Amino acid sequence: MESNKRKQELLKEFLPQLEKTSFAWFAWVAFLLIAIFFAIYALILQILRGHIITGMRDNVVWGVYIVNFIFFMGISYAGALVSGSMHLFKTSWRGPILRIAELTTIVALFIGPLYILLCIGRLDRLPFLFMYPRIQSPITWDVIAITTDLFGCLIYLYLSFIRDFALMRDSKDIKLPKWRMNIYKALALGYQDTPTQRNRIKKVTDIMSAMIIAIAIIVYSVLAWIFSVTLQPGWHSTIFGPYFVIAAIFSGAGVILILMRVFRSIYHLEKYITKKHFVGVGMILMILSMFFAYFTFSEYLTKWYGSKKLDDNLIQILFTRYFWHFVFSNYVGTLLPIIIMGIPRFRTINSITFAAVVAVVALWVNRYLIVVPTLETPYMPIQDIRPDWILYSATWIEWSLTFGGIAMFCFLFTLAAKIVPIIPVSEVADAELEMSEVLAHGQDSHEATRTKSIIKHAAIKKEDHDQ
Amino acid sequence: MDDSLQNNKNNRRKFLRISLLTGLSAVAAKTVFADIPVDPENEPGEMVTLLSPDGQLVKVPKEKINYMEKYISPEASHQGIPHRKFVMVIDLAKCKNARKCVEHCQKAHHLPPQQEFMKVYLMQESEEAAPYWMPKPCFHCDKPLCVSVCPVGATYKRSDGIVLIDNERCIGCKFCMTGCPYSARQFNWADSPYLHVDQPYSPETSVPGKEGTVSKCDFCPDMIRDGKMPHCVTACPMGVIYFGDQLEDIVTNGDETIRFSELITSRSGYRHLEDLGTKPSVYYLPPVNRQFPVERGFDQPDEINQRYKDVPFVKKMHKN
Repeated sequence: MESNKRKQELLKEFLPQLEKTSFAWFAWVAFLLIAIFFAIYALILQILRGHIITGMRDNVVWGVYIVNFIFFMGISYAGALVSGSMHLFKTSWRGPILRIAELTTIVALFIGPLYILLCIGRLDRLPFLFMYPRIQSPITWDVIAITTDLFGCLIYLYLSFIRDFALMRDSKDIKLPKWRMNIYKALALGYQDTPTQRNRIKKVTDIMSAMIIAIAIIVYSVLAWIFSVTLQPGWHSTIFGPYFVIAAIFSGAGVILILMRVFRSIYHLEKYITKKHFVGVGMILMILSMFFAYFTFSEYLTKWYGSKKLDDNLIQILFTRYFWHFVFSNYVGTLLPIIIMGIPRFRTINSITFAAVVAVVALWVNRYLIVVPTLETPYMPIQDIRPDWILYSATWIEWSLTFGGIAMFCFLFTLAAKIVPIIPVSEVADAELEMSEVLAHGQDSHEATRTKSIIKHAAIKKEDHDQ
Repeated sequence: MDDSLQNNKNNRRKFLRISLLTGLSAVAAKTVFADIPVDPENEPGEMVTLLSPDGQLVKVPKEKINYMEKYISPEASHQGIPHRKFVMVIDLAKCKNARKCVEHCQKAHHLPPQQEFMKVYLMQESEEAAPYWMPKPCFHCDKPLCVSVCPVGATYKRSDGIVLIDNERCIGCKFCMTGCPYSARQFNWADSPYLHVDQPYSPETSVPGKEGTVSKCDFCPDMIRDGKMPHCVTACPMGVIYFGDQLEDIVTNGDETIRFSELITSRSGYRHLEDLGTKPSVYYLPPVNRQFPVERGFDQPDEINQRYKDVPFVKKMHKN
């Protein structure tokens, strides 16, 4: 079959990434492992000496750990939302970046929940969450939500992998150890690319991509509700659910752009990940930054204009102690993507990546501004003389665990890119075939898909008949 | 409070059984048997020699002894003291920041110097408003957000109105601390000698505390069961703090015993931040017709006075 041939060709092009491991790769992995082990050392210290060695105290009980939790979960949901909606709405250029988005989802989803564990005083009692759950508690909602999301995303990701696993199993050019080939064989689940199988996998992926969007929205809203159900003036807000969802996709789109740029360079994917893709995802980033700016504005406008005493306290410290944080996260972080994407002259791959980096960092700071200043302005005035009890500042323990998490993200991503091609080969080959059909027959794409589906149905019927 | 024995109907019944057996007087012996350690090596049927309050030695068959249940296990602590609804009334007109309530509470709960279940705030609502001293325990809210948000049921509301923490269940997620609008809760951030107390843990005493868990003012149910007042109430030299039972409509500060409803209506009692809807069990009487000028409260060591440096009143005082 023509498509199969093209797929094998494509796969061959990506095989060196899976087969060969360069010195630079090992150096990179070693660097990441050092960062991870340093974080583990910090964690052991935290367990041995107690949370006193973090910057958290009785007023600011949650610090950068919870910021990282929101941050990584946000990236994860964004990956799911972006890949799910691209798949669902059949975005024509989705192919080459779909896998990056899916991997982002799953890798971030492994790391995010680790940060909530770092906030927990007694890790030995973690099973209590399942042994004595109370459904009234938003944390229990979150436990249910994250587990659902994890399973949903794993299924979705796996579905998108099956066809490529089968390709690698069938490839004759592949030079990999036998045990790895056996793993691919097992993971391919006997997929032979028959029309029935192909149709089935398409149907299931369609259903899962729709479900994953719904799950991601609900799950991230649940995370927002952990904050907004409390009476804290900075958190007790009705728009927190949608605000968090928008912020999540915003930051996630940024991370996807950064990863696209990184893999484009190191794997020489210039042919596949083109400027079109950067502009495409960049547009998503721009639209989301507008939404995000709008939500942020309405959130703080109402606090400032109505000026209840406690809201006023919060606004006061946001515009004094946290002035530059606030300016960077809520002005620079939102305006820069709009300017770079809004003016066509500025739209280059590097400038779009720069906007993405700024947006991602700004979003992290934005979460910090949601968590920390709120806890620093409680209802009862803080009357204490211990400086660390009054103001929060993260210690090296917290920072090394923060960077450890980022290193972990990079490490898992590096490993994943070693196991499967970073470009979904089957998806891209199919899309190419579709395009060439369209060009050859001069039909519009809609008709082409219709003809294709008629052919497909006929094939399935024939196959069923043969059986 | 002389209703203490009615408080503990069950205990009294057990106790009467022992007193009949030994022929001792009922009133004085209340705690005698409770303090005798259980000796597991005693065979059943063996006689135990006990000292009666009037100095006589008496022999009692061991299996006939009913030990007074003073120790309340974490499970048992979920049951409130029956037919009670505890309330506290704090008379702000009388408080001069003597800090005796804080000190006695800390001593009783084995708290380090900086950790206070009872805190005394210097409140001043605005620059023009009058400053006043405000002792603040846990409010034991009737709609406690801390209890709603706890994922494992480590903190709970009892039938007698008390909100307790079981630190053997607490996972230390600190969600309750962000949920409480009154900053009533504290985390045990590190291990310390204060956490090593040789007595069985009970949520009713909050002792010993445990690293990595949350703790707070418990309204001293162990004292109430003994027919005594919480430590802060008895410690206060000014009689600022009244404690009592809303169902019986009576509160006392040790000197005077008043109808709770009368006290609240005649002195315009209020609850702090009523608009949050948490329905606290602690009421305040406004600081009118004060017995002391606010300045008397600064009769404290510097490290205590330093706490209040940001209050407008203190800033103004330093300027002059």
